[in-house]
Amino acid sequence: MALQKAKATKATKTKSKIKKRMVMAPLMMLIPWFLGMAFFRVYPIFLSFWYSLTNFPLLGERTFIGLDNFRQIFLNDTTFHASAIATLRYVFFGTPMVLAAALFIAFVLNFKLKGVNIFRTAYYVPSILGGNVAVSILWVQMFRNNGLINSAINNFNNATPEFANIPIVFWLTSETWAPFTLMLLSAWQFGSVMLIFLAALQNVSPSLYEAASIDGAKGWRQFRSITLPIITPVVLFNAVNVLLRHFQEFNSAFLVTSGGPNQSTLFFSLYIYDMAFQRLQMGYASALTWISLAAIGVFTLILFFSSKYWVHYND
Amino acid sequence: MTTNTKTTSLRIRRSTVGSVVRYVILTAVGIFLAYPLFWMLGSAFKYNADIFGNINILPPVDRWTFANFPIAWQLSRSNTMLFYYINTLRFLIPSIIFTVISCTITAYAVARFNFPGKKIVFTAIIVTLLMPGIAFTIPIFILFTNLGLVNTFAALYIQDIFAVNSFFIFMVIQFLRTVPRELDEASYIDGCSPLQTLWYILAPVLRPVVITVALLSFIWGMNAFQGPLIFLNTPERRVLAVAMRGLMQDEMAVQFGAVFAAATMALLPTLAIFFGCSKFFVESVASSGAKE
Repeated sequence: MALQKAKATKATKTKSKIKKRMVMAPLMMLIPWFLGMAFFRVYPIFLSFWYSLTNFPLLGERTFIGLDNFRQIFLNDTTFHASAIATLRYVFFGTPMVLAAALFIAFVLNFKLKGVNIFRTAYYVPSILGGNVAVSILWVQMFRNNGLINSAINNFNNATPEFANIPIVFWLTSETWAPFTLMLLSAWQFGSVMLIFLAALQNVSPSLYEAASIDGAKGWRQFRSITLPIITPVVLFNAVNVLLRHFQEFNSAFLVTSGGPNQSTLFFSLYIYDMAFQRLQMGYASALTWISLAAIGVFTLILFFSSKYWVHYND
Repeated sequence: MTTNTKTTSLRIRRSTVGSVVRYVILTAVGIFLAYPLFWMLGSAFKYNADIFGNINILPPVDRWTFANFPIAWQLSRSNTMLFYYINTLRFLIPSIIFTVISCTITAYAVARFNFPGKKIVFTAIIVTLLMPGIAFTIPIFILFTNLGLVNTFAALYIQDIFAVNSFFIFMVIQFLRTVPRELDEASYIDGCSPLQTLWYILAPVLRPVVITVALLSFIWGMNAFQGPLIFLNTPERRVLAVAMRGLMQDEMAVQFGAVFAAATMALLPTLAIFFGCSKFFVESVASSGAKE
C-alpha cells in the first residue's frame, strides 16, 4: 500500500517535472531566434527609421534633419520619380505576366499525359538558376544589339527577302524595350509559381468536373467557373509572392541593364543600393527604403483586402 | 448502341487531339525555356566567329574547340575560378549548417510546444516572411561596420546562427504538422529530453525537409549577389557571383566563347545538385503553396 502511494507521488512528481520542462524547453530553444529577431529585424527597422530622419554620410557626422529627406525625395528628386515609374511598371506588367504564364502551363500540365514529370522538372530549372549572375550574362548575350535574337532576325530577313522585313529591336538600349526584356527574364523563371499552381489544380476533386460536365460546362467555361474559383487562395498566395519579388528585383536590372537606358530600369532597389553603397548617403537611402517599404505594404494590403471579393475559401 | 460507340470513339479522338495540342504547347514552351541554356552550353565550344550570326546550338562539325575553358578558368588576372568557388563555399557552408540547425530547432519549439506568447512568435515569423530584405540591409551594414564584420565571410552567415530565415522555419513547421505527436510522447515517457527527442526521434523523420532546406540554401547561396557585393569588398574575398561580373566589363567580355564557358561552369554545381535531388525540390515547392 505504502509502496503504491510512493510510486504514485513519484509519478506525479515526474509528470509535473515534465510539464515544467515542457514550458521551459521551448523558450530555451527560442533564445537564438529571439536574439536574431531583436538584433537583425526589430532593431534595424527602428534604426532605419531613425536614419531616414537624418543627414548621414557614412564617413561623416550624422545630423537630425526631420522630414527633409522625404521632402527632397518627393519634391525635387527626378531620379526618384524615374525610379518609381520604372519599379511600378515592372511590378504592374511583370507580375500578371508571370502569373498568367504559370497558370496557363499548370493548366496544360494538369492532364494525364505521359512524361508530365519530365516537363515539370525541366520547367523548374530556370527558376533554380534564375538569380545567378551567369543567367544575366546569358541574357545580355541574347539581347544585345548584335546578340543572338537580332542576328536571328537578320538571318530571317536575308533568307526570305520576299516577306516584309522584321525590324531589329534594341532590346537593352531602348527605353521602351529594356523593361520588357527584364520582364521576359522574370517570366522565364515562372517554374516555381507554376508548380504551386499545379499542386493546387491537382487537389481539385474530379467529381466537381464530372458534375460540371453533366451540367454542360466544358473547356474554358469549366475552367472559369469551377477551377479558377477553387484555386483563388493559391492565386493570392502566388500574387503576393511574385509582387514582393518584383518590388525587390535587383540582380537582373543591375547586371543586364545597369538601371538604364535613361533610368528606365532603375528599380527602387538599384537606386537605394546606389545611394547607400556608392554615394554613401545612408540617411537619404534609408528614407528611400521606407518609401519602398510603404509602397510594398500598400500593394500587399490592397491584394489582401481585395481578396475578400475574389478569393473563395471553402470552409 | 451504334450511337454510343460513335460518341465514345469521338470522345477518344477528341482527347487524343487534346493531348497532341498539349504536347505541342509543352514542347514549344520547353524550347523557349531550354534554348538559352543549350545555346550557352554549345557556344562554350565555339570559336568567336561562329557564335553570333546564326542561331545554331552546336558549333559547325569541324570547328569544335575546347580552348575556351582554360581561358574562362582563369577568371581574373590574379585568380582562377577555383579560388572564387572556394570563397563562395567559405560563407556558404557555415551558412547552410547554421541555417539547418537553427531553423529546425526554432520550428520544433513552435510546432510542438505550448508556451506563453506562442501566437506572437508564430505571427512574427509570418510577418518577417513578408518583410522585404531591403529594409534591413543599411542598418545591418552599419552595425557590421561597427562590429568590424564588414569584409569578413562571417558577415554573410552570422545571421543564420539566429534563425532569421522565416521561410525555412515555416517550411519545417509545415512538415512537422504531418508528423504524429505520439512519436514525441513515447520518447518523453522513455525519459528523453526535448532536444534528445528532436535529435534521436524526429531528425530521421525530418530528413526530407532538412535536406530540402540545405539544398535550397545552397542554390540561393550560389546565386547570392547583392549580399557579397555589399559586405565583401576586397579582391581576396570576392565570391564567384561577384567575380563573374568581370565577364561583362573587362577585355574578357569580347571573348564570347570564354564568357559562355565561364557561365556554364558557374551553373554546373547548381544544375548537378538540382538534377541529383530534383524530387526534393519539386515536392517542396509544390507543397509550400498547397498547404496554405
